[in-house]
Amino acid sequence: MIFGQVHGTAVCTIKYAGTEGLKLLVVQPLNKKLEPIGALQVAVDVVDAGIGDLCMMVRSREAALAMPEITFVPVDLALVGIIDELIVRPDGDFDYTLRSGVTHYS
Amino acid sequence: MILGKVVGTVVTTLSHPHFDNRRLLVVQPMVSEGEESEDEFIAVDHTHAGIGDTVLVNREGNGARQVLNLPDGCIISVIVGIVDSVEIIE
Repeated sequence: MIFGQVHGTAVCTIKYAGTEGLKLLVVQPLNKKLEPIGALQVAVDVVDAGIGDLCMMVRSREAALAMPEITFVPVDLALVGIIDELIVRPDGDFDYTLRSGVTHYS
Repeated sequence: MILGKVVGTVVTTLSHPHFDNRRLLVVQPMVSEGEESEDEFIAVDHTHAGIGDTVLVNREGNGARQVLNLPDGCIISVIVGIVDSVEIIE
């Protein structure tokens, strides 16, 4: 699941059958430092997020499974959580590289 | 599955029912030397991992659904193990 910020809403009258009544939000995917990565996308909202909310999104088939009633609609990005608290340690704290040889982790 | 380092925690009160009373952790994938780092993501904790642990993460929906036994769960990444040591022979 990835971070996202809601930037707006989208309204769509003519669309795939079965996707009526799904709330569409324009979201900006973010990284852990809450910097934008990639372009704006449209996600289906499941938890009534508002403009400016920091939220958690899920992609691919799991987004279709996150719909209110599980119907197989062509949705590949769903907004499944509104983040209230986020604690992220700065990059310098940990070592992310895999070195050859044996490495023991506490 | 991938090796990752837990770098943070996420708290959500308003979320999809499948996320009820599950801990969410921010995981940064580990890469070998000289490779470009991958984007970090949020994973559901299944093994009581904490910040700073090196973990094994399953990033495929089917595996996540079986681990959390949610037949139609909308969860992709699940932490399935805490790594003690890694040996890489090149």
